Amino acid sequence: MLLRHTPKEVKEREALTINPAKTCQPIGAMYAALGIHNCLPHSHGSQGCCSYHRSMLTRHYKEPVMATTSSFTEGSAVFGGQANLLAAVENIFALYKPDVIAVHTTCLSETIGDDIPQIVSKAVEEGKVPPGKFVIHANTPSYIGSHVTGFANMVKGMVKYFSVRTGVKDNQVNIIPGWVEPSDMREIKRLTAEMGVKSIMFPDTSEIMDSPQTGKFEMYGKGGVTIDELRASGDSIATLAMGHEASVPAGELLDSKCKVKLYELDVPIGLKATDRFIKTLSDVMNVPVPESIERERGRLVDILTDNEQYFYNKRVALYGDPDQLIPMCEFLVDIGMRPVYVVTGTPGKYFAARMPEVLKDIPEAKFRQGPQADMFLVHQWIKNEPVDLLIGNTWGKYIARDENVPLIRFGFPIMDRVGHSYFPNVGYTGAIRLIEKLLNAILDKRDREAPEEKFELMF
Amino acid sequence: MSPENKIQDAQSIKEEMLGSYPTKTARKRQKQFVVNEPGLEAKQEIQANVRTLPGIITQRGCSYAGCKGVVLGPTRNILNITHGPIGCGYYSWLTRRNQTRPESDTDDNFMPYCLSTDMQDENIIFGGEKKLKKAIEEAVDIFHPKAVGVFSTCPIGLIGDDVHAVSKEMSEKTGANIFGFSCEGYKGVSQSAGHHIANNQLFKHVIGKGKACKAGKFKVAMLGEYNIGGDAFALEELFDKCGITLVATFSGNSTYEQFASAHLADLTVVMCHRSINYVADMIEKKYGVPWFKVNFIGAEASAKSLRKIAEYFDNAELKARVEKVIAEEMAKVKSALDEIKPKVEGKTAMLFVGGSRAHHYQELFKEMGMKILAAGYEFAHRDDYEGRDVLPTIKVDADSRNIEELHVEAHASEYRPRKTKEELEALAKKGFEFRDYKGMMPEMDAGTLVIDDINHFETEIIIEKYKPDIFCAGIKEKYVIQKLGMPLKQLHSYDYGGPYASFAGAINFYRDVERMLNTRIWKHIKAPWHKVEPLAAVFINATN
Repeated sequence: MLLRHTPKEVKEREALTINPAKTCQPIGAMYAALGIHNCLPHSHGSQGCCSYHRSMLTRHYKEPVMATTSSFTEGSAVFGGQANLLAAVENIFALYKPDVIAVHTTCLSETIGDDIPQIVSKAVEEGKVPPGKFVIHANTPSYIGSHVTGFANMVKGMVKYFSVRTGVKDNQVNIIPGWVEPSDMREIKRLTAEMGVKSIMFPDTSEIMDSPQTGKFEMYGKGGVTIDELRASGDSIATLAMGHEASVPAGELLDSKCKVKLYELDVPIGLKATDRFIKTLSDVMNVPVPESIERERGRLVDILTDNEQYFYNKRVALYGDPDQLIPMCEFLVDIGMRPVYVVTGTPGKYFAARMPEVLKDIPEAKFRQGPQADMFLVHQWIKNEPVDLLIGNTWGKYIARDENVPLIRFGFPIMDRVGHSYFPNVGYTGAIRLIEKLLNAILDKRDREAPEEKFELMF
Repeated sequence: MSPENKIQDAQSIKEEMLGSYPTKTARKRQKQFVVNEPGLEAKQEIQANVRTLPGIITQRGCSYAGCKGVVLGPTRNILNITHGPIGCGYYSWLTRRNQTRPESDTDDNFMPYCLSTDMQDENIIFGGEKKLKKAIEEAVDIFHPKAVGVFSTCPIGLIGDDVHAVSKEMSEKTGANIFGFSCEGYKGVSQSAGHHIANNQLFKHVIGKGKACKAGKFKVAMLGEYNIGGDAFALEELFDKCGITLVATFSGNSTYEQFASAHLADLTVVMCHRSINYVADMIEKKYGVPWFKVNFIGAEASAKSLRKIAEYFDNAELKARVEKVIAEEMAKVKSALDEIKPKVEGKTAMLFVGGSRAHHYQELFKEMGMKILAAGYEFAHRDDYEGRDVLPTIKVDADSRNIEELHVEAHASEYRPRKTKEELEALAKKGFEFRDYKGMMPEMDAGTLVIDDINHFETEIIIEKYKPDIFCAGIKEKYVIQKLGMPLKQLHSYDYGGPYASFAGAINFYRDVERMLNTRIWKHIKAPWHKVEPLAAVFINATN
């Protein structure tokens, strides 16, 4: 057994996290900043943070992840990181020529108390920021929240630094897609365009974290939200913020700063969450839902009705982030499955508020949130009463192997399979892909384990 | 091209590169960039183990990564607890591909677990010692470890949590051997500081505690082998065939007990000089076990290293057995090379990685008939470039001064010289060297580039100028280079292949590199409609 020390008996822990279902803020800020056109994310802290984040994002995307660091030494830890950040800004603009440097802090620079806006204004005074170029920032202390909080903070930074209200409304909608894959962002943009709606998406990592092989390395990729688009977001008719944790903070700021009305949505994973997205878009932008989208929806419902028997009453354990877990659990319940164990390391009251409603028909379901809501706990629950499926990131493969439970790779990071950056999980088409994955996992196991006389040709 | 022209060419590339930097940056970078001229009377000096310039896109990580990730990570029965916010523990959780093979299904193996105190803001404000104590208590209660390592992350040093005092207190309370590591990420200038911090603590708290080790006639401890992709397994098998007993490996496929009894070996050999040479020195001083450098990356290098070990033990039976194994293995190597070499001969490589690998892996490329154009380390020191001769002349700067140097003396009862003075003299007469490492630069051709702590900007320039056929680095560089339409071989994770150590490993490497160089995938980058097709063009013109 790989996880041979995990006991069946659950004892409450107060201080120790084992096999966490979250990581720290800065990596989220780095991922979000990669969704700005011609932007270089910068980690203000020790070198290791930047190296770890780049490595993990690279493993997940199999793409270049370019980012810089302030390379703190003991001296900077004592005297502060101003000199390091000033040097970094000068080097970055000289060598890598981005339009924007997006600085995020770390637990080190936050504990020291470095004042980023003050350092940046010094850099501007000293002529280290070329005209027309920008340095933006987000505070992302690793000891508060999780990677999702860091993502949210950087997205908020985009609004804070760039969004302006001219007073003249543009007939367009802002979409904050949350921490999703480039494939998901692409799909959300496709659906929006199919509805005939003009949109500004931020961040947008499509054409950056899924860039084509051309034989040429491009430092910044073609994609990403532009500064002009971020500015124009202040004149949009509405903002659709997908995911309470990752997107709503920026949506709220845009509402208060530029009076752009905020519509809070779930990430459109599964049937109902996608329905709500389409319905909201239709209502807010006053456009009818085209037949093409009706037919997409119909194909999803068709695959559900065709295969309903294989999902019914299957017990599922999930770990991941609130914004994904909420609509995913809702979808599982909708198709007859039973999400019985759900954990997230990411704090926030919203999850606790939504989950009882989502799981109201699954009385045996347990869900937990916070530092000790980790994969160790999920595994213990599984040992006490097994599940048919496990849904989460790559680390779940250790539990999956020990307990002989199929793992559906979903969330971040996925370091041992490809596909997530190319095929969406969102929208009706994304839901069809999820269904395919669920079905394959269930039926492959059945094929592998059925006694010869019960081996089936057809399902 | 003549060596003189090559040198001139390389000099002009260096100047061009430095010209793009801001003045201060150029001044600092120029000393870390040498156009190699081996054999010069005044040996060339390279600056290494100095601060990375902020904003430059370095390959380097931090002290914590070197300490918890590299050195302690591969040991299966020391329970590692990261004291800090969640990220550091998370990113170092199983991500270095260290394999391990517990002897039974019930033996301890903590490697698949990530333990953290997950510090929250109130812990940063009010201190985290109380939480750490509680976390250790809970961990010991669940895992029942013999030993626990506690690793400090950046904020721990700043808020003043005393991990050493807490470890000592909890050791007494629980009975487990618990020790702390002050490996905050800002210590030193790279992972290298973390290696040193890790090894110092192992030397203080573990090495020497064991009273017995694996029995055998020729007992060896191997330092600086981390079992990436099963390298240590391959070496264990090789040593076994030769009748040499590996009593401890630091740290691939290792256990607490192996560390504790490493001083009972009769010889210490060092693979990765950078990460651990000082431990070999300390074991020699305290327990009388001599050491020398070996390299099992490359078939010729493996043979040479095995012969040197046999020579050290000076036993006819061992020498004969080693020769027999080498003959058997080299036959397989030869047949692989006969097939592979014609397909790759003359191709070129660059290696920018680690603290030893950029040197060791040159052996394998040379065996394949390939040429090295440029190389450099991510976190090595001058001695790894220029050889140990320069050790006394290395300036200790402010960043290195903060890394503890242990003062070691001979152990009152356990110091036992393994060779008599006469035996050592006889060996010396034969040209046998102890504590030896000549470094990377003397072995590289004239006009090759040696660049320390290379960054992305420089990488792009040298690739454009030299157009190597393959580039070796790590995961962060992998897809950057591959987007240029050429393969990158990861020498940290081996691209999930390996083992590459020993003779069998060498064959694996030849095959992997040959595949990468000759795969037809790279030929598909250009779409057919962008390829010039003169006949079609003539035809269209004609109809016009």
